[in-house]
Amino acid sequence: MNTIAETRAKSLLYLEDVSVSFDGFKALNALSFVVEPGELRAIIGPNGAGKTTMMDIITGKTRPDTGKVLFEDTIDLTKKDEADIAQLGIGRKFQKPTVFESHTVWDNLELALNRDRGVFGTLFYRLTPEDKARIEEILDTVRLTHRAREYAANLSHGQKQWLEIGMLLAQEPKLLLVDEPVAGMTDAETVETAILLREIAKTRSVVVVEHDMGFIRDLGVKVTCLAEGSVLAEGSIDFVSSDPKVIENYLGR
Amino acid sequence: MISGFIFRALEGKIIVAIAMLLGIAALVPALNLLTAPDSALHIPTYAMSLFGKYLCYALLALALDLVWGYCGILSLGHGAFFALGGYAMGMYLMRQIGPRGVYGNPVLPDFMVFLNYKELPWFWYGMDWFVVAIAMVLLVPGLLAFVFGWFAFRSRVNGVYLSIITQAMTYALMLAFFRNDMGFGGNNGLTDFKDILGFQVQADGTRAVLFALSAIVLALCLLISSAIVRSKFGKVLVGVRDAESRVRFLGFRVENIKLFTFVVSAMMAGIAGALFVPQVGIINPGEFAPANSIEIVVWTAVGGRGTLIGPIIGAVLVNAGKSFFTGAFPEFWLYALGSLFIFVTLFLPRGIVGTVQHGFKAREAMKAATDAENGRADVGTVAQTVQAAE
Ligand SMILES: Nc1ncnc2c1ncn2[C@@H]1O[C@H](COP(=O)(O)OP(=O)(O)OP(=O)(O)O)[C@@H](O)[C@H]1O
Ligand SMILES: [Mg+2]
Repeated sequence: MNTIAETRAKSLLYLEDVSVSFDGFKALNALSFVVEPGELRAIIGPNGAGKTTMMDIITGKTRPDTGKVLFEDTIDLTKKDEADIAQLGIGRKFQKPTVFESHTVWDNLELALNRDRGVFGTLFYRLTPEDKARIEEILDTVRLTHRAREYAANLSHGQKQWLEIGMLLAQEPKLLLVDEPVAGMTDAETVETAILLREIAKTRSVVVVEHDMGFIRDLGVKVTCLAEGSVLAEGSIDFVSSDPKVIENYLGR
Repeated sequence: MISGFIFRALEGKIIVAIAMLLGIAALVPALNLLTAPDSALHIPTYAMSLFGKYLCYALLALALDLVWGYCGILSLGHGAFFALGGYAMGMYLMRQIGPRGVYGNPVLPDFMVFLNYKELPWFWYGMDWFVVAIAMVLLVPGLLAFVFGWFAFRSRVNGVYLSIITQAMTYALMLAFFRNDMGFGGNNGLTDFKDILGFQVQADGTRAVLFALSAIVLALCLLISSAIVRSKFGKVLVGVRDAESRVRFLGFRVENIKLFTFVVSAMMAGIAGALFVPQVGIINPGEFAPANSIEIVVWTAVGGRGTLIGPIIGAVLVNAGKSFFTGAFPEFWLYALGSLFIFVTLFLPRGIVGTVQHGFKAREAMKAATDAENGRADVGTVAQTVQAAE
């Protein structure tokens, strides 16, 4: 059995006893959660379990009342803001797809590219052949090459989700947090997305929040079930879905 | 690097607009100075100065478009930056009067003698040098915008709240400048200017040069603005306007992006004020009135925000309308302005230029569609153009 110190040292993301409440309501309640480098993790749990709130805390949008949030064992994320955390290498896809609708698909990716993000760096930025190649590669990965020159507003819902995932890839993050990527997707798109995420997870850690159990099964990875702000069960999908507490709190509903 | 930045700015419409402004800069003064007063082509000096005033307003609207149209910051305080630039120029012009004032004091402007000032307040030092005055035209509005923006953007004041505090800012400045002991001429402001760089302010030649300068500076600022909005930075700006949190989570410092744009815009507004003052011959605290800042928003909305050229057209058209109304039916102007704003908000939300641009795109899409029916274009392009126009 690993000691806590060893677990922490090996981790990419480490949450310990994280609590946060909104107007007295405990959205997270002593939540502990560890992601290892290169891991693909699925998170399930009923509405209001605190899944999105957990991502808010990791990405600096919300500050926890108590608890530790560490990145690569040494970096205290509770001291940093959204831009810092993004630059550290944590990318985030929102629950509601958020892309720049009045820009083309190409420009969306160009903006997301992990380059100088300062005022002057962007004012005088020029597309280099390497950047061009990288954008083309991402377009190919998220299957949007044929729509590169169109406004993002004209994409289908599923394509917007993919574009947002593409933007995260352009950020070249070490950790990707993906909130409900297949909500509103067709079955075929859902299957494709599972393949896409598995592909992405080959080179970085990915945490996926999803309600779609079929999709979670397709991913075939370790699952964490949250309820009322803390971990209810953790393990393989079969293990978690046969846990009586999970059935009572989530699956049985 | 710089050349690439500027080159990118030169897109079709912008080239045309800049060429037109430069043409106006040459033609209008020529028709004023070189034609006989009874010639059909003659442009009287008062008309030239009036048009020059519109060009300053156009620059002010362009400045607002940069922050509002592209970055989503609805500033209801841009009149303050304009007025500060105007006051800086006014101070220079006051110092040029020298002993020719009513009281004949070689150093103190008339209002200071009248108010029993014994010596020049420290902040008037150096303002008799044109270079210093021009530096202040840029620095004072820029610094105010920097300090204001530093606090507002860092504490993430957004939307209506930001608009309200910008209104409060200009209102507070108005009250301050109304006070006699502020040292800016109080109620009456600064006026009775004599000359600028040794040239008589009232002379036709000087007025012609001021007019030409207004048009040229407007063209230059249009070029710079276009370079900004067409750079990657400009795309980030639009991103901030449409999905601020997405920009943040991509790792951009939204507060710096807003601050830079706000400061650049405030400086442009200051330049507009500095060009305005010698042409109208006066600057007083009324320029800080909150209603003035709201009018700028109307010009920008009428012309089409987020188009750069639209606000310029909007400012000229609305102010030409204002000159006409205040001459012909003075009591109706405010109603006309109010109705115009409501009309534009309801029926032309994109403004004049925005609507025309949109119409063009839609027509192109239609044409592509008919072409396709005749088998001249492949379906893919049609779909793309149709969607682009939607
Ligand atoms: N900023 C906030 N202010 C107040 N309450 C909040 C805030 N953010 C989250 N909450 C509350 O915290 C609880 C947890 O919300 P959260 O969005 O994390 O749930 P979730 O697990 O993502 O649910 P879903 O599956 O519906 O997306 C909810 O009851 C929500 O109303
Ligand atoms: Mg959620």
